[in-house]
Amino acid sequence: MAEVTVRKLNKKFDLTHVVKDVDLQIHDKEFVVFVGPSGCGKTTTLRMIAGLEAVTSGEILIDNTIVNEVPPMDRDIAMVFQNYALYPHMSVAGNMAFGLKMRKFEKAEIEKRIKRAADILGIGELLHRKPRQLSGGQRQRVALGRAIVRDPKVFLFDEPLSNLDAKLRVQMRVELKKLHERLAVTSIYVTHDQVEAMTLGDRVVVMKDGWVQQVGEPLELYNTPANRFVAGFIGSPAMNFADVTLSGGDGKLWAEAPGLKIGLPAPIAQRVNGRNGAKATMGIRPEDLHIAGPADPGELCFDVEVEVVEQLGSEILLDTRAGNSTFVASVEPTLRTKVHDRLKLAINPNRLHLFDAQTEAVI
Amino acid sequence: MAVTAVAGAEARPIPRPRRLEDERWLALALLMPTAILLGLFIAYPFFEGVLLSLTSQRVGVPGEFVGLKNFVKIWNDSIFRTTVWNTFWYTGVTTVFKLALGLWLAMLLNRHFKGKALVRAFILLPFIIPTVLSTFAWKWMFDPTFSVINWTLYQLGFITQRINWLGDPDLAMTSIIIVNIWRGVPFFAISLLAGLQTISPELNEAAAIDGARPWNRFWYVTWPLLLPVTMVVMLFSVIQTFADFQLVYVMTGGGPANATHLFATYAYQLGIGTGLLSEGAAISLAMFPFLFIIVVVQLLYIRRVETR
Repeated sequence: MAEVTVRKLNKKFDLTHVVKDVDLQIHDKEFVVFVGPSGCGKTTTLRMIAGLEAVTSGEILIDNTIVNEVPPMDRDIAMVFQNYALYPHMSVAGNMAFGLKMRKFEKAEIEKRIKRAADILGIGELLHRKPRQLSGGQRQRVALGRAIVRDPKVFLFDEPLSNLDAKLRVQMRVELKKLHERLAVTSIYVTHDQVEAMTLGDRVVVMKDGWVQQVGEPLELYNTPANRFVAGFIGSPAMNFADVTLSGGDGKLWAEAPGLKIGLPAPIAQRVNGRNGAKATMGIRPEDLHIAGPADPGELCFDVEVEVVEQLGSEILLDTRAGNSTFVASVEPTLRTKVHDRLKLAINPNRLHLFDAQTEAVI
Repeated sequence: MAVTAVAGAEARPIPRPRRLEDERWLALALLMPTAILLGLFIAYPFFEGVLLSLTSQRVGVPGEFVGLKNFVKIWNDSIFRTTVWNTFWYTGVTTVFKLALGLWLAMLLNRHFKGKALVRAFILLPFIIPTVLSTFAWKWMFDPTFSVINWTLYQLGFITQRINWLGDPDLAMTSIIIVNIWRGVPFFAISLLAGLQTISPELNEAAAIDGARPWNRFWYVTWPLLLPVTMVVMLFSVIQTFADFQLVYVMTGGGPANATHLFATYAYQLGIGTGLLSEGAAISLAMFPFLFIIVVVQLLYIRRVETR
C-alpha cells in the first residue's frame, strides 16, 4: 500500500517541454485518473512514475522515498499497457508468471497467485493459450492478471481500454472499478476519455499542454470547473460557450451578446463587480438549459432558432442559435419541435459559469 | 427473365471459350517464364554437371562414361578431405562470430543516438564493396612485407618478428576467416536490426517493470522473438559461406600447400586450373549432400520456431 507524491515534475524532450511543474499527492488506495487531449503530457507523467522515462527536473516519491533514480524493476509497480504488451511467445500462465519468476518466487506461490488472479478475472480456461489465440478483451484481462499477481504497491494503467470496442470498453470499465474496490491498491490511470475519467476516478487530474489544469473529484470538476478548458472537456455533450460583454445598470449586471441578454445571478455579479464593459465567456451545460415556462424570469430567457434536432430516446438534443452564439440544449423527449422552429430557452442561474476572456479562468 | 435468357442463348451462337480463360491454361502460361528460367539456368547446368562428373572428360578430351570413378578418386584424395574439413571449419567459425558480432551491432544500432541513419549506412560498407576489391585490400594488409597489421603490432610492441599471415597454413585459414567475418557481419547486423525493430519496445518495458534485468530481458524476451529472423539469416549465411569462392581465391588461391581450399576453390583448381573437368564437377557435386542436410535441418528448425 502506497502513496505517490510528485513535486515540480518536468520533462523535456530536446526542445519540447511536455510536462510542466506537475505537483500531485496521491493517497493510499486512491484511484487517480489523468485525463486530457493527446499530447497533454499525461502518458509521459505516468511513464516517469513507472521509471520508463527519465525525469528532467522535480521529484517522484513512492511511500516517501525519492525514486527518481530507481529503475522500474525496483519500484514495485505494475503497469498495464495500451497494446497489452503481452509476451507473444509465452502462454497466458507464462505471461503472468514472468514477473514472479524474475523476482525468484517459489513455484507453489507462483501457481497460487496465478490461480487467484485467473479466478478474479475469469480466465482460468485460457491459461495454456498463447496471446495471439485470444480476443482483445481476453488479452486485456491477461494484462490485468499479469499486474495483479505481482501484488504491487501501485498499479499504472496507460489507456488500457482504448483498443476495445465500445461495448466491451463499458463492460471492462465496470470490472476495473470492481477490481479496484476488491484489491484496494493505489492506482494511476491515464485516458483521453472523460467518461472513463469521471466514472473510474476517485480524483481526476485534467491536463493540457503539459500543465495540470485542475485536480478534483469528478463532480467537483463537473460542477465547478476551474477554467474554460476543464469546463469544455468534462461533460458530454460539452458545455455551451458564448462570448459576452459585461454591462451594468440599475444595480444589475448583464451578460450581453447579439440576440442574448442574460441577467447574472447575485453570487456571480458580486465577483464580476468592477468589470463593466469587459469581455467574458459565458458557459452553460446543455442539461442546464430548458424550454422557458411561465415561472422563468425574463432576464434568464432568450430566443433561439432550432437548427438540428437529435433524438436520443431518453432525451432530445437541440442544436440552436441565438444571434451568433450556438447552444445545445438537452430537453424532455416529449417535446415536439422541428428545424427552424423558434423557441424560448431558460438558463438555470445557479449553473451559469463565467470565464475571463483572456486568462480563461473562472470568474 | 428466364424465358428471354433461353431465347437469347438460342439466337446467338455460344462463343468458343478462349484458351486463357481456362484456369489450367492460364496457370501454365503464367508459370512458363519462371519454369524456363529455372530450367535453363539451374536445372540444366545441374544435370549437365551430374553427367559431367560421371565421365572422364578433360579440356580438349571428350571422355567417356566412367560411373562413380571420379567420386571414388576424390574420396581417397587427402586434399579433398582437407577441403571438406576446411569448409566446415570455415563455415562454422565464421557463422558463430558473424552472429555474435552482428547481433551485438544490431542491438547497439537499435538504440537512439545522433547520426543513427549515417552509422547504419556505413555499417553496410563491407557488404556493398565488391568482394574482390575489398579482399585485395585485405590481402595487402596481410602482406608478409608491407602488412599494416604487422607494422601496428610491432609499433605497439606486441611482436618483434614479422607474422607471415598468409604463408603459414593455420594463420592463412585464420586470416580468411577474419576477412569473411568482416564481410559478413553487416548482413547479420542489418537483418537482425530489422528483426529487432519488429519487436515492440513495450515488451521490453513490460519486462523491465516485471523485474527483469537487462540480461534477462534479452534472454527471455528479445532473443526468443528474434529467433525466427536469426534462423533465416543464418540459413542464408551458411549457404553462402559454404559455397564461398572469391575470398579464398583472391587471398590464398587455396594455398599455402592446399591448406585453405574450400569446395568451390578446389573444384575450380582441378576442373579449370588443371583441366580435369569431370573431377572438378564431382567435387562441386560433393558439396550438394552436405548443404542439403544443413538446409533441411535448418528449415525444419525454422518451421518449429515459427509455429511456436
